[in-house]
Amino acid sequence: MAIYSKEEAKQIMEKALSFSTADACEVNLSGSESGNIRYARNTVSTAGHRSNQTLVVQSNFGKKSGTATIDEFDDESLKKVVKRAEELAKLSPENPEFMAPLGPQTYDKSITYKEATAKVSPEYRAEVANSSIEPAAAKDVTAAGFFNDSAGFSAMMNSSGLFAYNQFTDASFTVTMRSNDGTGSGWVTRDYNDISKFDAVEASNVAINKAVMSKEAKAIEPGKYTVILEPAASVGLLGNMAFAFNARTADEGRSFMSKEGGGTKMGEKIVDERVNIWSDPLNPEVPTGTWNGSGQPLKKTSWIENGAVKNLAYSRYWAEKKGVDPVPFPNGFIMQGGDASLEDLIKGTKKGILVTRLWYIRTVDPQTLLYTGLTRDGTFYIENGKIKYPVKNFRFNESPIIMLNNLETLGKQVRIDGNLVPYMKIRDFTFTSLSDAV
Amino acid sequence: MKRRDFIQYTGLGAGALMMPSLLLGNDIPAEALLNPGMDIAIKKRMADVALNTAKSLGATYADARIGRYLNQYVFTREDKVQNVVNTESFGIGIRVIVNGTWGFASTNSVTEDGIKKATDQAVAIAKANSKFQKEEVKLAPVKSHGEVSWKTPIKKDFKDVPVSEKVDLLLSANAAALENGANYVNSGLFMVNEQKYFASTDGSYIDQDVHRIWPTFTVTAIDKGTGKFKSRQAMSAPMGMGYEYMDGLASEKLKGPEGLNLYRGSYDIIEDATIAAKQAKQRLTAKSVEAGKYDLVLEPNHLGLTIHESVGHPLELDRVLGYEANYAGTSFATLDKWKTKNFKYGSDIVNLVADKTQVGSLGAVGYDDEGVKTKKWDLVRNGVLTNYQAIRDQVHMIDQKESHGCCYSQSWNDVQFQRMPNVSLEPGKEKYSIDDMIKDVEKGIYIAGRGSYSIDQQRYNFQFGGTVFFEIKNGKIVGMLDDVAYQSNTQEFWNSCAKICDKDDYRMFGSFFDGKGQPSQVSAVSHGSSTTRFNGVNVINTGRKI
Repeated sequence: MAIYSKEEAKQIMEKALSFSTADACEVNLSGSESGNIRYARNTVSTAGHRSNQTLVVQSNFGKKSGTATIDEFDDESLKKVVKRAEELAKLSPENPEFMAPLGPQTYDKSITYKEATAKVSPEYRAEVANSSIEPAAAKDVTAAGFFNDSAGFSAMMNSSGLFAYNQFTDASFTVTMRSNDGTGSGWVTRDYNDISKFDAVEASNVAINKAVMSKEAKAIEPGKYTVILEPAASVGLLGNMAFAFNARTADEGRSFMSKEGGGTKMGEKIVDERVNIWSDPLNPEVPTGTWNGSGQPLKKTSWIENGAVKNLAYSRYWAEKKGVDPVPFPNGFIMQGGDASLEDLIKGTKKGILVTRLWYIRTVDPQTLLYTGLTRDGTFYIENGKIKYPVKNFRFNESPIIMLNNLETLGKQVRIDGNLVPYMKIRDFTFTSLSDAV
Repeated sequence: MKRRDFIQYTGLGAGALMMPSLLLGNDIPAEALLNPGMDIAIKKRMADVALNTAKSLGATYADARIGRYLNQYVFTREDKVQNVVNTESFGIGIRVIVNGTWGFASTNSVTEDGIKKATDQAVAIAKANSKFQKEEVKLAPVKSHGEVSWKTPIKKDFKDVPVSEKVDLLLSANAAALENGANYVNSGLFMVNEQKYFASTDGSYIDQDVHRIWPTFTVTAIDKGTGKFKSRQAMSAPMGMGYEYMDGLASEKLKGPEGLNLYRGSYDIIEDATIAAKQAKQRLTAKSVEAGKYDLVLEPNHLGLTIHESVGHPLELDRVLGYEANYAGTSFATLDKWKTKNFKYGSDIVNLVADKTQVGSLGAVGYDDEGVKTKKWDLVRNGVLTNYQAIRDQVHMIDQKESHGCCYSQSWNDVQFQRMPNVSLEPGKEKYSIDDMIKDVEKGIYIAGRGSYSIDQQRYNFQFGGTVFFEIKNGKIVGMLDDVAYQSNTQEFWNSCAKICDKDDYRMFGSFFDGKGQPSQVSAVSHGSSTTRFNGVNVINTGRKI
């Protein structure tokens, strides 16, 4: 039993703090139960279950801090782990950037826990695998997939009186479907806090259809194309961009957010004015915890408003140094969408490429946020409002900043990897070479 | 820890192939690293509990791995120590075959009771999964080794070196970089000791003590006026060595072009940080490359990553067969190509070998994680594809009788599976130096160190950057270049391999973090080569405006 209630967690942490002799002490307690199933070649390959529980104790004497961890919570173990953290603190070099623990905070009540997800059984997981394998086999397609579900809690408390507690559930699913002649491949991903929203058959069929549709792709010249990016295709680039909203690296002059002559791009318009990106822990589609690991409350925060930089993330240390309020990094982001469905976007496209996903994305130049990677698992040529034929995969070299400046149309939002991302039509997306990979 | 958290934390940037949950294990004081751990006689008794329990429950095969994993990491930036981390993880993983199906379970309770329970669970999982199993597991035979041991041949155990000495060394390197024009520097030292005890129902009891070390840094130079910033990473390689790698022996240094120093089995971090600062500044005003075809002269600490992605991964048999289709992908190097016995992977001078025994390499062990004595074997000989990387339950699929000995698990609590051995390019046979090679190039680029990297899911199309680039014109280096990346196709690239320097230039590249599997596991691997020339490769200019 690795999931403790609020009261149980509180008791364990209070006990741990009672053993502290340091200037300050902060404890984080977490636990989770998770299960998974993996399949390939239309058969189950592995299945597993993990149970984790951890108490992390951070003690500090002045600016010297030490951390120790333990997975047993009887009195003796708690005493031992607190003592160890204190020993480590005394031995460690002084960290000039150490910040004393926060005092009591007020948090919103999170909506990240759904009972149905916590109750997923091995039989349910086997049925997920079967929902892929059976329809795949019937269409001369081979399935390889992975389903993982978890339920857990996290809590923290410190000697300054802070207490926080949250429970969460998660489920994620990906499947790759490959046609048995080796010329077509499709893929789908789904993730939820609430498993009752998941339909394994529907998801698997999306991937099967893409595998069949993408068979015998034609090669077309690389170059600049209008693209329709499915949310799974843009999320990687957008996520990398969001992660680079860091005030410190911008102030230090080593970020795409740094400005010529010094300073940052805060307040400047950097992308198309229809671009709005924010984070919201209480969004019912993509809820996250309402506090982070240092106990800071997470609130709805705007990052890009009408194309301009609205906020950069400030750590507590950097905020103090700069005399501003800290702005914690979010756990996910939401990008405003439009009304257009994927079908509408295709219909309105004279000549373009539909991209299912981008893969193996790596930084090429942090100065311009240039990334490279490849299309994968379903890339199609569109002409006069219709999908004409599948095309071979491309390598791209593109920056999300350039991409969001070349925005044509925003479509509907979809949950992807814990974020809400719209379908997007983008002009002049840069493909630099062709790949033979299927 | 997520890769991003780690990168944010250390500021090391693009350091790894795939950054995993790195900080495995519980935090302990540095002194506790010196604790000898469980006595070997007790390990044997505990392993036997697992094997006997498995057999009594109907297992036709079982193995047990008792693992103690000790890590020490030191992170600094400029004149500050950011963190010193010491971790320990201890437990046992038990793998069984029941009804022709694998089952695996693990526990950190290394007691008779704990082990019996975990073995029960492994057997139960095997039984449950056997209902879905379509192909019975077939294991290639392995002879019993009896009670044996193996140890990485280290000269200095990192655990015996005081943390203060390590901190001082990193801070000295940082100071050297700052004195030579760097605006920022992040440095780190990663040290790993795997104490692994393996036992199987085949009658082997194998005790191994494996060591690895990785010093690294990122130096950044900024031009405030133009708003440009450029960085230069360390020219070190992670190694299967002890702390002696940090000695900076002159005998292990090689002179590269344009004041670049290159390192073999001993690394001089202060000297490299000094050069790095100068080169990071130089990059701020370096000429932007003109896109086009160039002859590339690739330095081993750069070429290693290209070998990793374009040779190491496509020749993993599980990828070839489709087991990794949903994660890392499949492979262009299909069985039908291999069966022709004349598939030209590269030009005639290309010889690529897999090797789990190479001294100083990250992959070197005496025995793999299923008790197979390690060895060296050919993957590509005279340019022709000759073999794959396969383990006991795979070799029968390629009509072979002996495992290649490249089974690995990142921890006692993860199941072992096929992982990439060291895959290396053999040096040229004729005497031929870097200088000789540069003299012979009319229009080319010399690329050293690792940079951006990306390859498709079947390993055809790739793009690589580097750490530093120098333009070669008519046999001479004429200056530094920037915004360089090359794109090619694996088979085309290796067939354009025109010349390889001799063994005196041979060095290893390495990575601590090769990722594979779901849930993902990491593995450490080295790739050796000498400086190598590839003709007529497509180079793109990566400079953009935002």
